Order: sequence, then C-alpha cells, then structure tokens
Amino acid sequence: MSIVDKGKEAVQGVAQAVMKKAAELAPDSLMPGGRPDPLIRRQHGHIGKPVSRVDGPLKVRGAAPFAAEVALDGMAYAALAYSTIAKGRIAAIDTAAAEAAPGVVLVMTHRNAPRLNPPPRFLSGDKAAAGDDSPIMQDDRVRWNGEPVALVLAETQEQADHARSLIRIAYEEEPAATSLATVSQAAGGCEVGTFMGEPLRAVVGDADAALAAAAHKVEVVYRTPGHNHNAIEPHAATLAWRGDELFVHDATQAVAHTAWSMAQIFGLEESQVHVTSPFVGGGFGAKGLWQHQVLAAAAARLAGRPVRIALSREGVYRIVGGRSPTEQRVALGADADGRLTAIIHRGVTPKTRHSPMPEPFILPTQSAYASETIALEVQTCYLDMVANTFMRAPGEAVGTVALECAMDELAEQLGLDPIELRIRNEPDKDPISGRPFSSRNIVAAYRAGAERFGWDRRSPTPRARREGEWLVGMGCATATYPYHRMPGGAARITLDADGRARVDVAAHEMGMGTATAQAQVAADRLGLPLEAVTVRYGDSSLPGVILAGGSQQTASVGLSVMMAHQELVGELLKLAGNDSPLAGLRAEEVESADAGLRKLDEPGRFESYASILGRAGRSELAAEGSAPMPLETMHWSMHSHGAMFCEVRVNAVTGETRVSRFLGSFDCGRILNPKTAASQFRGGIIMGLGLALMEETQFDERKGRIMNRTLADYHLPVHRDVPEIDVIWTDIPDPHAPMGARGIGEIGITGTGAAVANAIYNATGRRVRDFPITLDKLL
Amino acid sequence: MGVIVNGTDVELPDDPRVSLLDLLREGLHLSGTKKGCDQGACGACTVLVDGQRILSCLALAVQYEGRSVTTIEGLGDEGALHPLQQAFIEHDGFQCGYCTPGQICSAVGMIEELRRGVPSHVTADLAATAIPCSRDELRERMSGNLCRCGAHNGIMDAIAETYGAETHREAAE
Ligand code: FES
Ligand code: FES
Repeated sequence: MSIVDKGKEAVQGVAQAVMKKAAELAPDSLMPGGRPDPLIRRQHGHIGKPVSRVDGPLKVRGAAPFAAEVALDGMAYAALAYSTIAKGRIAAIDTAAAEAAPGVVLVMTHRNAPRLNPPPRFLSGDKAAAGDDSPIMQDDRVRWNGEPVALVLAETQEQADHARSLIRIAYEEEPAATSLATVSQAAGGCEVGTFMGEPLRAVVGDADAALAAAAHKVEVVYRTPGHNHNAIEPHAATLAWRGDELFVHDATQAVAHTAWSMAQIFGLEESQVHVTSPFVGGGFGAKGLWQHQVLAAAAARLAGRPVRIALSREGVYRIVGGRSPTEQRVALGADADGRLTAIIHRGVTPKTRHSPMPEPFILPTQSAYASETIALEVQTCYLDMVANTFMRAPGEAVGTVALECAMDELAEQLGLDPIELRIRNEPDKDPISGRPFSSRNIVAAYRAGAERFGWDRRSPTPRARREGEWLVGMGCATATYPYHRMPGGAARITLDADGRARVDVAAHEMGMGTATAQAQVAADRLGLPLEAVTVRYGDSSLPGVILAGGSQQTASVGLSVMMAHQELVGELLKLAGNDSPLAGLRAEEVESADAGLRKLDEPGRFESYASILGRAGRSELAAEGSAPMPLETMHWSMHSHGAMFCEVRVNAVTGETRVSRFLGSFDCGRILNPKTAASQFRGGIIMGLGLALMEETQFDERKGRIMNRTLADYHLPVHRDVPEIDVIWTDIPDPHAPMGARGIGEIGITGTGAAVANAIYNATGRRVRDFPITLDKLL
Repeated sequence: MGVIVNGTDVELPDDPRVSLLDLLREGLHLSGTKKGCDQGACGACTVLVDGQRILSCLALAVQYEGRSVTTIEGLGDEGALHPLQQAFIEHDGFQCGYCTPGQICSAVGMIEELRRGVPSHVTADLAATAIPCSRDELRERMSGNLCRCGAHNGIMDAIAETYGAETHREAAE
C-alpha cells in the first residue's frame, strides 16, 4: 500500500496516529506541496491583481438567483411549527383546523411523515453533511426547544403561516438539561471533547508544576457566550421530485455532501439527488444540511408537489445551531525574561448529543507559543438544546479571546510590550507536534503592523489618554487559523477550439469571490487571458467533494485544477502528434503559456491550444484531475497568522465603546486577489468586532429556548459601528500550499476580540473577562 | 387601479395579508428585493416608493394602491447600470450580494433625505437646509441596512464616491 493510499484511511480517522508518524517522517518530496507549485514563481500573471468580481454585475442588479428565488410550476409553500419544550413527548396533536384552512395542501407531523433514515452527521463520513443527526419527524419525542413538530404546505406562504398557527399540540414535559452550570458541575457531568476523531487534549511536560514554580504567572477565566451566524439570507430550499429523482435548489456550502446525505436519508442512489447552489447569501459555517431541506423533500413527496421552504429568521434560530458558549481558564507561567514556562488552557463548553463537535477553543493555543510545558483540554457536557455547530473559525475565534487577553495581562505584569512578549515566545517548530512550520512570518506581520498603526504612540499605562469624555486606548492580539485541505478535491478543465477554457468544480460562492479568484488562477495555470476562462461551480453534478469550510476551498480547488491541468497537458501532447513543434516532448518538458504549450527551455517550440485541437479536428478537449490526500498537513505545521491592532474610545460617562481604528496585518501566504481578499479580511474582523462588543445568543436556561431570535434583538455591527478597517499582508508565498496561498476566510475573526478587549483595558484600566464587553460592564 | 412597479401598473393581490415584499418576490418574480428578516430589522427589502426608501416587508401591498414603487430592477439594467451599482462593483461593496440591492436602494433614498435637509442623530446643525454628506452622516443613515459579510467599508466608499462626499479616508487619529 502506498503512502498516498494509506493517507485516505488516515484522514478518515483510521490508524491516524501511525499514518501521521509516517507522513511526518516521509521526505518532503513525497508530500503534496513537496515541490512548490510553479505558479508561485510566476509574478506577472493574473494572480495578485485586484480583479473585480465576475458576478458583480449580477449581484448589484439583484439578478443573482438565490435558493428561495427559483420558481417552479405548481409549487407549494411550507411553514414549520416548532416545539415549545426542551424535552419530552408530543402527547396530542390536533391538526384538524389547519387541514381545513384555506389553501392547505398538506399537514405533516410524525404521524404521517414518510419513514426516513437518520441524517448522516457531518464528519461521520466523507460526504456526511447533517449538522444534527436527530431523527427528523419520525417519532413523538421532543429533543430541543424549537425542534420542528409539524409542517404545513399551502398554496401561498400567507396561507401556510396562518394554518400553522392553528395547530394545537399538548406535550408531556420531561426534565431537561438546559443549564451549563448545573450540568458541568454535576459529578461525571463532563468528558473530554473530541474533534475530527481526536481528543481535544494535549500535554507537554507537567504544566501545573511549572506554573506553580513560575516567577510570573497569570491565571484567568474568560467567558464567551453563544453566537449565531446570522447570514442575511435565511436558510431556504426550493425542490421537486421528478419520478424518483430529487432536484434541490439549495443554499449550501456543501453541494456534493448534501446530495449524498439526502440520498442516504431517502434511501436513494447518490445519482438520484441533484443539488444546485449557485449563490449563497452568506454561510459562515451555517449553510449545511439541516432539517428544513429534508422536511421539504418529504412533504413534496407526500403532496406530489414542488415545495419552497424559506425559513423565517426565527426558524433559523430554532433549527440551525450556532457557536456554543465557552468558559476558558488560561494560566501562563513565565520566567523573569518573559519566556513562557507553562501554558494551560482548559475549559468547558456544551454540545448536544446530536452535534458533530464541541467548540474546540484550544486549537489556537496548540501552535501559538514556545513553552517547556503545555496542558490543553476541552471538557464538554451535553445539553438539550438546538445542535451547536461550526461558526467562522470554530475554536480560534473564541480561543484567541482567552489566550491573547491572558498574554496581554502577562505582558503588563512583566512590564514588557505585548508585541515584544509575543516575539520572545515565538516557537521555531510546532510546540506540540514538533513539526516544522511550512511558513511563519508573524513577527514580520507584527513589525509592519506596528509601524503602520503607530503602536509607539500607545502608553503602556492604562487610562493615560483622555479626550473630553472619551478614554482612548490601543491593544493588539495575534490572529491564527490553520491551513486545511480536505480529501475529495477534483476538477475538470474543458478547452474549446477557440482556445477558451471552462473549469468545472463542485465549489461554492457565498461571498468569497470563488469564481473570480479561481478564474485568475486557472488563467495563469493555462496561460490564457482572464476573459478566456469561465468557472462553473455550485452544482453536485460537477467533479469534486469540496466543502466551502475550514478556509480550505481555495486550496482544494486550486490543487484539483493543477492536477486536471497536468492531465490536460498529457492529452494535448498526445493530440498534437508528430506534426507539431511539440512532437516527442513529455509533459514535464512543457509549460502552458500564450494560450498554448511551449518547451520549457526552448520557448520557440510552441503550439497554441486552438491549433492543436484544430489539427486534430476536435471541438473540445476535457481532462479531469483529483487532488492527492492532504498529507502535507501531517508533514508540516501549516498556519496563517495576523497581527491585529485596535484603537478604542470608551465613554467615561456612559461606558459605551467605539472602535475608532483597526488594522489587520496578515501572513496568509500569497494573496490571489487583493480586492476580494481585503473584503474577506475585513468581513472577518467586523464579525470579530461584534464578538467583542455586542453579539450574544441569549439562552433561557429554564426553558432551553433562545430568547433573542431576531435581528433586532441579536445585535450585529452596523455601518455606524464599523470604522475604516486597514488591512495589509506579507504576501510571502507558502512553498507547500497550492499557489502559495493559505485560506483567508476565517482568520479575520480570530484575535480581533482580544485586540478590542486589550484596547479597552489600555483605555480604561478595566479588564473585562466576560464577553461581549457591553457598556454595563464598563460602568 | 393597482400599484406601479418600475413603471408598470400591476394588479394588487386579493389577499390583504400579502406584504409588498412578497408581492414583488413571489407575485411578480422581482426577486432582486431580498428578505432577510421579514420584521423590519435588516433593510434587505428596502425599495423606493415615490422616491422615499421604505422596508417592503413592513408594508402591506394593498396600502400602496396608486403609488410608484422602484426596485433594484428599476434602478439600472444590464446594459446601463446605475452609477451607484457600478461604484459598488469598483469598491467591492458586497461579498455574498444578498444585502446589496437593499443597500443600493437605501442609499439612493438616503441621499435625497440629505439633500432635503432631513436631520439625523449625528447632524450638528438641525436648521440646515442641506446636509453635507460626511462619512459620519452616511454611516449613521445606512445603519438600518445590515451586512453580515462585512462589506461596510466598500459600501461607504461606493456611496461617497458616487455622491461626491469627501472621499478621503478619515485621518488616522
Ligand atoms: S426583510 Fe425587511 S427589514 Fe429585513
Ligand atoms: S454582502 Fe453578504 S450580507 Fe452584505
């Protein structure tokens, strides 16, 4: 068995430890990324240009079709009724009035819903998509407050909504676990959490003993509340059965996963389910497979009608989970020079029995700083609540709050500049795995950021600068997010006789500018003008199992296209034959340039794609490639970083915090498109400002119900809260990542919360450890 | 008489519960106007009625008899984008594009409010007949349009450029 074959099992969680060791010890050259992507060297192509989004004209006209906007003939509208208890059973359900209401086509409850297989829980298999593996309307059990208990189909949405209000349900309530404090403090209430099949735990040396002996120490508890993604497009699907085939127009970050998972649930072949999702109105981890798509498909089958299900904003809160709250204890021990001798990061976070993972808040601490001893652990306990899920930078977003605020506290105790403290503890290899870093330039990012931000104007003494009613302060923190690449990447390139290329890949666009950046990359890869490349995506019939998650889509697509390109070159050389200037050349001897192939060391030996296809009488030529298993992530420690700088003004009278300036200085490898990348960085930072100052999912611990389930009650940063956000980057390519680029979608939210909190401390002398930092906590 | 949508007379719905937003999206298939909350909290459904911006999710269609509604589809078309639409593309004033039509319609209505001298929370001179379009005014007045992707800076740049506000970035201090 080759190392590559073995990798497949490894990533699926089998024999992982053995595999990891093998990947660690293997020579670089056997790894994906062992030889740097040739595009890294190419400096004058489309990569790196601030190209405007190719779908911009559609989006500004409102002409980009979203899932709830596809009209199907004879379509009925769905409305859901949600349980109002956290645990128990449905004792009686009266649907007579609803059934008799005008326009009603169907009322579906557990009594008449078709029998369905359990939804495959995300991460339980290659293509498992469900954020929650609870049975869907299959019995009288209630598992959380807000679980769908009935679905009404009617001719119009108004009729469906009204009929839904006529359903009467009696419950038999049972004691439910809805209080984190009660459950986590009970004997045996908690256990070590797992993430991707591995325990969320890491130990190097005896950190507790090292802490006890440390000359300087900080021991603090930080709390972060639950968060909801709140994409402005609520979850929706418009779907229809045609015979035994199901066609779903979905809003999803995972078309291939969704098609496979829906097939499992309905007992179909994967090929019988077709999922399209050309535009997603924001995802942030939430747009996966939840109950609504399944319920709509079940109802469509029962009623024999196409169905549109568009969740209300409340509906999204009821059935689509968010980020769980965390309670994190960070203890840092340091010697007199500020060198860390102990890092302890432990804490607790709730999950449900049906969700894929606990919030893995120790992840950022794994590779942050050098220390002789490290002890990390996530404890989790089970609550009866809507399934928690992945939300932008799961782990890092809230983990950096505790770690990076604690570093600020330690810096103050040591009388050291917080940047200097971080630089002193910069590791030369991964502190836990011992692997070499693929590329790590956090110090450069700090230096560039500090200079641009004017960090030298910060007073180390808190509450030193006042302008009228306003206390002004600066803070910084480190942002970090790993490079991920998941198995399953594949893509197809089709060249036509005019020398135009189309890339087909089952990827997603939810605001990242996928089609734009990937067209730039493919144009460089193929030596074509940008206008000659189109990217088709967002359809489960296209090649690849590519999640738009973990900031991995760019790498996964990029490497898949690189592999497809290699295939294509081979095919072109075969097709070129003996009459071509390329005759007799092997794929390794040529490169793509000027809309054709040329010999690497003899550019005169060239033939255009159009000429090759023309002579062969071909109207098009297609080649498909698959990305190898992502062994590079087991061979190198691969992470992006950022240095986040914040200036706040805190009102001494009202306690209100205004963020007046923010700078993110990033080290994320090569930036493919500075225009769209800047937007992604800013978007993450703005979500981080929300995390710092206002966002909180308010959970009623008596009833297990989310209270603030509207956009009026869950506060997001609005225009007035968002200053001009400056973003810069090192642009140093990662030699081991496709195109030299690590992902950029999530890193912006990391470090931001801590940078704001540290700035607030600098402004006011008040250290708030309970997020969000609302004005009442500063009075 | 019905309601005039982008210059075309359209029949009012029979069902008085139908919101102007649902008439547009479901009845007329003008899905450029977006539904983000259906509760008046996000601004995605913003349209212009006789030139003024309103939240179409909070409006019953039947109340708009005889009124003239302009949606994003009526502001510009494929061949001739509205200057603000073009500026949104230049300044990357969106990511997913879902809040975008609402932001654009809202900005078009907002500029008229400034020109008419309608004061806001941040207006210093309440007696002014026209209000300068500073970044502060723009931010305050656009705060009813949420964007979760975080395209705020690009949106502000696009509006400022289109409507001649002082486009320089605010001073570092
Ligand atoms: S949909 Fe009208 S304000 Fe949100
Ligand atoms: S662009 Fe996605 S919500 Fe604004």
